[in-house]
Amino acid sequence: MMVWVTRGIVLGLLAFIILGPLANLVLWAAAEQWYFPHKLPLTYGTKFWEQVFKPRGDALVSLVTSVWIALATVAACLALAIPAGYALARLKLPWRTAILLAFLMPQAFPSLAVYINIARIFYDLRLNGTMTGVILVHTVHGLVFAVWITAAAFAAVERDLELAARNLGGSPLRTFFTVSLPLAAPGIMASAIFVFLESLDEFTGTFFVGVPDVITLPLLMFTASIAGNYQIAAITALVLLVPSVVFMLFIERFLKADVLSKVGA
Amino acid sequence: MVLALFVYPLGYSLVTAFEAKGGGFTFGNFAKAFEFYRVDIGFTLVIIGFSTFLIGLASIAIGGYLTLGENPRAVALLRWLYRWPLFIPFVVAAQCMRSFLAKNGLMNNTLVGLGVLDVSQTTSFLDWRGIVITFVWKQTPFVALLVAGAMASLDRSTIEAARNLGAGRLRILFEILVPQVAPTLLVGLILSFVTMMSVLSVPLMISGESPTMMTVDMAFRINNYGDYGTANALGFISYLLTAACAWVYLKRAVRQ
Repeated sequence: MMVWVTRGIVLGLLAFIILGPLANLVLWAAAEQWYFPHKLPLTYGTKFWEQVFKPRGDALVSLVTSVWIALATVAACLALAIPAGYALARLKLPWRTAILLAFLMPQAFPSLAVYINIARIFYDLRLNGTMTGVILVHTVHGLVFAVWITAAAFAAVERDLELAARNLGGSPLRTFFTVSLPLAAPGIMASAIFVFLESLDEFTGTFFVGVPDVITLPLLMFTASIAGNYQIAAITALVLLVPSVVFMLFIERFLKADVLSKVGA
Repeated sequence: MVLALFVYPLGYSLVTAFEAKGGGFTFGNFAKAFEFYRVDIGFTLVIIGFSTFLIGLASIAIGGYLTLGENPRAVALLRWLYRWPLFIPFVVAAQCMRSFLAKNGLMNNTLVGLGVLDVSQTTSFLDWRGIVITFVWKQTPFVALLVAGAMASLDRSTIEAARNLGAGRLRILFEILVPQVAPTLLVGLILSFVTMMSVLSVPLMISGESPTMMTVDMAFRINNYGDYGTANALGFISYLLTAACAWVYLKRAVRQ
């Protein structure tokens, strides 16, 4: 009995710490009026939702911008990661570890200091404030996940299946497209979702490279929050939150243990 | 691609850090960085060091309970619960905390509602404590996921043997589990450390006052003065801090 009481208290406290901040965000998103000293919102409503999602409003424009950037980033990352991942998994490359580590580098240095210099170089190339510039920055940032997970996915494909296809007279290219690629598809899908989310949520790089012309959803949320528009900030934050939480709940479906164990190996 | 968009800007930042306004080599940028931001550099180190420490403790506790917990229902509940913040972006985490930790936020309101605190005793946590809380909240699931995975793949027989010999769970955790997962824990903590070194949104949104973190100073130097020299000097210092961290890891890896 006593054990359950302590267990209940500890788990309850943990639930409060973990879910409390999220609950507060949801409350703000649903509140129409909320001021001191009231502990809960005075009136609830969808007034701010209509304001955020009104046609041609800032938020909708930002959402479309964010999604386009994220899709282009995924396309760029996969175009590079599928050949690179296959090569890393199958061919005996010299410097294999060094290549894997090179993709990790953007994660191993504090990226902010790099972004300010990218912004400066892009300024000379007239890439600052353009979608292309932002997509390039997001691609470099997402490449490590894409390459590492794709390489692991290809490594988990049984080599015998490829050899069997070759024995039956399939060309290397045909074997790749009909055997290796479909079998590695779940892992590649996982890396695509990863890159998509990373790009959707990216703040620091866009803050330096995209401003003032490219306003993604995280930047819009930041501006609203600093200006004290808590409802608008909360609603935008919720929009950003939903894909992240859904992915967290389903990550194990996409990333099977046999792929996970080969990441970075 | 990585070379063009990462290594080149990195080199550029190193050069700019040592370059005087009109060109030529100087340590002036560093002198200026230390003169203005000495306190902030220390503040950044203390905040991130403290957060990393707490993240480590929390992940060991979560991973340990997931591996050694005897009640399947409590273990399942914890497994479901701890991962929530895993993919939540820093900006959103900061916004959540901005409302949760405020003087009139949900945290204080709940504590007052439960009778733990009086209204007059409530304080806002939106200062260095808020930054630490946000970092720990956001980064613990990531490290805990790695640690719990590593603990789950360990050989159960040593745990059972220790248990049969009468060792308590806490003793098993710190004498058998933690030493074996130490490399994984270290990798997770170093990655978290580096990530926290470059987060701009959290310190900007949680605590606007001085002293603040180096990332805010870098952004300020650039947006308000276009002063790339000082900003890059600060950037160089942040590289050094992370390099020291990575060095500890590499030394360990080489020894094994």
